[in-house]
Amino acid sequence: MALQGTTRVVGQVIIVDFSGKITLGEGSSLLRKTVRDLIDRGHLKILINLDDVDYIDSSGIGELVSAFTTVQNARGELKLLNLTKRVHDLLQITRLFTVFDVQSDEEKALSSFR
Amino acid sequence: MIHIPPRFLGILSTPVPAKTQRIEVTLETILDSVDLAESICMRIAEASGFDEEDLHKIGMSVREGVINAYNYGNQQDRRKKITLTVEISADTYTVRVLDQGKGFEPSNVPDPLAEENLLRTSGRGLFLMRAFMDSFEVRRGPSGGAELVLVKKLPSAVSGNGQSQQG
Repeated sequence: MALQGTTRVVGQVIIVDFSGKITLGEGSSLLRKTVRDLIDRGHLKILINLDDVDYIDSSGIGELVSAFTTVQNARGELKLLNLTKRVHDLLQITRLFTVFDVQSDEEKALSSFR
Repeated sequence: MIHIPPRFLGILSTPVPAKTQRIEVTLETILDSVDLAESICMRIAEASGFDEEDLHKIGMSVREGVINAYNYGNQQDRRKKITLTVEISADTYTVRVLDQGKGFEPSNVPDPLAEENLLRTSGRGLFLMRAFMDSFEVRRGPSGGAELVLVKKLPSAVSGNGQSQQG
């Protein structure tokens, strides 16, 4: 399924609910474009909800890392919410759990932003 | 939805044979070839008895192999081809991905798990293939490109000799 993303603002945080696959091509491009658009619009507290994303390949991982560093360089915060088991395992074996702030509860995630 | 050419369907529905069976597909160096290769290999793997978790690992490994050929081997040059070969023997499922690039030395690829490389945006494909398959090798192809060889033990071979599956 092609990646789709919708955004909602809760307080100072913008949540992006993605569904589908984040893979080389349209999926990874949409992720990149979404995050860049948010930064351009001044959103620097971003919560990426991956609840409905069951498949990420190495290009998708690279795009998540790129999004993380882009937001960090803009002095913002990007966190991940609700990983599926496959995505959780993928971040674990690639050691990216040590890089990303991964949350599993939306309320707690929202209050964890500075 | 991936369209698999009808001429492959007979092969894909053939039960796992006692002797080695092999199919070879020539793919164009285009992005759609990544999904097509993944789809073909997963259908053969499914017919070979792999469970959902192994199907995911095989599909993703093939995907990474063809992305490697598309991006780094053939450098997105549409004049070049990618050769995908699937072999089923009595106890193994093997996928070969051959490109028409210059070849590469896997030991020159930075370790994506090293602290200094964690924030790199590329370079995890080889690692994932190694992690998800029982065996992974990079060879020099007959005409100089890289040939990735991905092997998974068939479920029947694993349950037959009492070994646990890796990956």
